[in-house]
Amino acid sequence: MEKLRYERPVIKKLETNMPNKFGLRTEYVAKTHIDGVAVKDLIKDHGSPVFVISEETIRKTYRQAKKAFTTRYPKVQFAWSYKTNYLGAVCRTFHQEGSWAEVVSGFEYDKALNNGVEGNKIIFNGPDKTDEDLKKAIKNGSLIHIDHLDELYSVIELAETMSTKPRVAIRINMDTGIYPMWDRFGFNYENGQAWDALNKIMRNKNLELVGLHCHIGTFMLTAQAYGTAAYKMADLALGIKKKYKHDIKYIDMGGGFASKNTLKGSYLPGADTNPTFDDFAEAITSALINSNFEPDNLPLLILETGRALIDDAGFLVGTVISNKRSSLGKRTTIIDVGVNILFTSFWYEHKVTPAQPFTQYTEDTTLYGPLCMNIDVVRESANLPLLNKGDHFVIHSVGAYNMTQWMQFITLRPAVVMIDKNSKAHVIREKETIDNITLMEKVPEHLEEFEL
Amino acid sequence: MKIKKNIALSESGFVFNPSTGESFSVNPIGIEVFNAIKEEQSYEEISKTMLSKYNTDGDTFEKDYNDFVQLLNTYQLIELANEG
Repeated sequence: MEKLRYERPVIKKLETNMPNKFGLRTEYVAKTHIDGVAVKDLIKDHGSPVFVISEETIRKTYRQAKKAFTTRYPKVQFAWSYKTNYLGAVCRTFHQEGSWAEVVSGFEYDKALNNGVEGNKIIFNGPDKTDEDLKKAIKNGSLIHIDHLDELYSVIELAETMSTKPRVAIRINMDTGIYPMWDRFGFNYENGQAWDALNKIMRNKNLELVGLHCHIGTFMLTAQAYGTAAYKMADLALGIKKKYKHDIKYIDMGGGFASKNTLKGSYLPGADTNPTFDDFAEAITSALINSNFEPDNLPLLILETGRALIDDAGFLVGTVISNKRSSLGKRTTIIDVGVNILFTSFWYEHKVTPAQPFTQYTEDTTLYGPLCMNIDVVRESANLPLLNKGDHFVIHSVGAYNMTQWMQFITLRPAVVMIDKNSKAHVIREKETIDNITLMEKVPEHLEEFEL
Repeated sequence: MKIKKNIALSESGFVFNPSTGESFSVNPIGIEVFNAIKEEQSYEEISKTMLSKYNTDGDTFEKDYNDFVQLLNTYQLIELANEG
């Protein structure tokens, strides 16, 4: 006779707290497959933990976002935010969908070129562009978004020695009614810094002002701030037109759209409360269309949203190492996924779903990672089904930032697998080996030998 | 170790302690273990039954059993042998 599935015996005290009027529930359906591939097979073939990216989800999400904007505004261009996830396969999926590249360092710039993106379709943001970076970007006709006056002076100097005219925009920071106001990047709108920079560019014959750029914040929970920003950007563009008879080719609204993750401390799940692409699109395009641009001469609208396009396509699959109880009797579970590879667990209450069937019984559980570090907490409190040692689980919506901000710390970084539309799993980044790390080290000769 | 005499367990896993007014819910395997303890079966007997019925190993069950008993003790549902 086949044995029944084991679940550990558990007794839970029934508390007479206030009932939860929003009826938040824990996971009720096991996530046994990702895009048709069994979780247990993914672990068998690629080890545990393993990052899994759904190509279909990337494409579906991108098309949703594009539709939200193109149905409201005639000229829209997305640029993939490399820092959000610059794995070659991920970038190329976005480029196949039509995204340009948005980069913030020389390293990312070279990555975009290596991916085959034409220089004039690379947007170069960020406060640290070396002269070498700038020369390359000028030569390739890339869109250089100037962050500070020192950078502007560097571009002016370089322009004098080069035959290609730099195509530049400035980054503008502004008060959009949100807190905290982001003012460390670019030039301020309200105090006249932006106009100061624009005048310097417009009076220089060697530079071509092609656009205006802003990036008002991150994980924005209100779409209206973008409406305010778009209104101020339109005001600047129209001011330039009036003063210099110069048409700005594009307005770049940056990124910062919230994904569907739930921020720590939120009462309601992000999937229910965070603004949608339609909300962001409505706020931005309404402000631009209702401004004084001539209807037939609207600037191109560029969007650099990263997180909201990739978060849902990423999963992190792992295994339970052990179950323990804390000194106060609380259930704690150690998993093989730590904050070194799941950086976003500092920000989000990540959704965690067991990858095998379970019953309705749950325990309030703290999920600890495998690192011998007190900070390694993946979920401080999650009402989870009863997981046994060796059970698998899936952490959802991890596509943004984790595969770029991860650390090689204590453990090696796992493999990343992409599942295509035919449910075929492709390794898009091999798991690290000790050689990957030690090959870069050098030991001075006098330290080579020792006796213990 | 004995389950206290006045503790009631329903078939659906609802436990009531009339001396404190506290109630608890127990999962199906918990009910089996609870009833076996109530019938004063030894750990060896309980373990044998569970290992033959469920897909688990002795180490896992031993650890989970001890954890369960510790919880019963924390919730004051059992009397340990050395108590009056």
